[in-house]
Amino acid sequence: MSRLTAENVTLAYDQRVIAENLSVAIPDHSFTVIVGPNACGKSTLLRALSRMLKPAAGSVLLDGSAISSLPAKKVAKALGLLPQSSIAPDGITVADLVARGRYPHQGLLRQWSADDERIVQESMAATGVAELADRYVDELSGGQRQRVWIAMALAQQTPLFLLDEPTTYLDIQHQIEVLDLCAELHEEQGRTLVAVLHDLNHAARYATHLIAMKDGAIIAEGAPADIVTAELVERVFGISCQVIDDPETGTPLVVPAARKPRNGGSGGGRAAAEQTTAAVAAGAPRG
Amino acid sequence: MSATVKSGKDAGAMSGKDAGVKSGKGAGVKSGEGTGKDAKAGGARGRGVTAARRITAVRTKGGLSLRFDARATFVGLLLLAVALAAGIALIGSGDYPMTPGEVMATLTGGGDAGQQFIVQDLRLPRVLVGLLVGAAFGIAGAVFQTVSRNPLGSPDVLGFAQGSSVGALVVIVYFQGGTFAVAVGAVVGGVVTGLAIFLLAWKRGIHGYRFVLVGIGASAMLYAMVLYLMTKANIVEATRATTWMTGSLNGRDWDQVWPLAAVCAVLVPVVLLYGRPLRMLEMGDDAAYALGVRVDRVRLVALMAAVVLVASATAAAGPISFVALTAPQLARRLTRSPGPNLLPAALMGAVLLVAADWSSQRLFGADQLPVGVLTGVLGGGYLLWLLATERKAGRI
Repeated sequence: MSRLTAENVTLAYDQRVIAENLSVAIPDHSFTVIVGPNACGKSTLLRALSRMLKPAAGSVLLDGSAISSLPAKKVAKALGLLPQSSIAPDGITVADLVARGRYPHQGLLRQWSADDERIVQESMAATGVAELADRYVDELSGGQRQRVWIAMALAQQTPLFLLDEPTTYLDIQHQIEVLDLCAELHEEQGRTLVAVLHDLNHAARYATHLIAMKDGAIIAEGAPADIVTAELVERVFGISCQVIDDPETGTPLVVPAARKPRNGGSGGGRAAAEQTTAAVAAGAPRG
Repeated sequence: MSATVKSGKDAGAMSGKDAGVKSGKGAGVKSGEGTGKDAKAGGARGRGVTAARRITAVRTKGGLSLRFDARATFVGLLLLAVALAAGIALIGSGDYPMTPGEVMATLTGGGDAGQQFIVQDLRLPRVLVGLLVGAAFGIAGAVFQTVSRNPLGSPDVLGFAQGSSVGALVVIVYFQGGTFAVAVGAVVGGVVTGLAIFLLAWKRGIHGYRFVLVGIGASAMLYAMVLYLMTKANIVEATRATTWMTGSLNGRDWDQVWPLAAVCAVLVPVVLLYGRPLRMLEMGDDAAYALGVRVDRVRLVALMAAVVLVASATAAAGPISFVALTAPQLARRLTRSPGPNLLPAALMGAVLLVAADWSSQRLFGADQLPVGVLTGVLGGGYLLWLLATERKAGRI
């Protein structure tokens, strides 16, 4: 079952077409990760799924109705988004920022209910920022700040949660921290997560459903263990590699081929690369 | 009187600060470290300070709830009191001085016929125009700065003052129009400027950055038109035009009060209704969309309301500079609350304008110095001070 689907959408910025005739269904209760090279349209697809970008043709459906025809606040109660960049207002505290996630549930005469207060506390606890509640957001580290933004989106209490490159600009420690948090939200709270990630190995490790895109088209989708092969990586990212088992989790781990020293002409180098690919294809545990 | 108003303000600021520190301790979150650093930073909001703010909610059984920020509410009430006090002081000052007690008595129906005439016919309308113009500039400035996400994105910087000036000058120079015609010209000039900036900055919606850039360009072009119109004016018209462009409350009567009061009565509530979505807009378009804010509509309606407020206020008192720029910033620093701070900004605008008018009368004699000169000097000075302190605190 899929609450969120895109049917034959054409995605374009002004006249520039990013993707044509694209269809995708986000499996309910999955942790779906979209991967692909730069400019493959993965963030554009996520923007369309979160109704930030209106498709030039086709439609994005939420529970069967076109998302663009639904009231904005109703959508915001079902579908949350962590944008690529948000601006923390000057002098705002963590608690105040997280509280803003309650906006779609509030109104002119329902500004701050007991539920709001409780859910904000819970969201801060779930993301480990409760002890930072009274700190100013602009004095936090990048990883802490990202957790605060995630807490704000959690406070929105949406069954669907979309994240646009949540680990970009973070160091490796904070990348893992954020991804572990996502996995927890997925497993413990049963939310459907859709994330765009740059790192293929992170995607393969954390995703339950992987979508690989190139040039605005979906090349493959499914469980990482089923679809991540050296051929797929070569086809999508244009690099030769080995795919081995991740010693920690047993999920596919992509190891790019070593650079070949330039002895002889370009023809020789290419021959060597082809040989390596063949060897990898033969020797790889998956393929 | 000067002492009372001033000390009232200071006392308020002080007690507010104390309350802030206390509530920090009350919450008990790293308050020791926080207050220590706070003292070092000289009482200003320093980095590393915990900022426990008192949020109180009033809830009914029917599920209604209102959210109050204790400090912001306190600051708002204080500003309201100061605005009214400054208004009473302003009514009492002039060639025929009156004590605040006499002013109050006359306002409530007492006093002799002469006092009645001076207060009701001469000075009250001037003070009301001052309060309304200040409030309109303050709230419109807050909307502009929030939408452009830039403290310099205020109407006076973006060419609205110049646009209204062009409208007024066309009426003065080409039609030799009276006061009312000039006011209409100013409104038309301001609103047309607004529409032109909207159209030029429009690209699948209004975007803050482009809005500021187009506004600055419009400001330069409109200023050139002002200069051109001045070359076409004779000496009488030129003097009238210059006086109008300085911005003044001199000789304002009920004819200016009623139209402006009507515009404020309709548009200030409209803007206040958009206060919550505007607050979400601060975090960027994407974050606001994600929370269910209809970004384009909120921005368009709030800006249009602000444009009409600015144009109407300018028509009533001339393009008084710096109120729209400084009032929202001052209000925000007093409430220490993120968000557009619409109501505090409006009240702060009213305080600034009436206090400036009162000071200029006190310092330079009745009707000697137009209030626009004083707000320009004070506002510019404030801005420099602000930049210096922010720089010292490492925030810019």
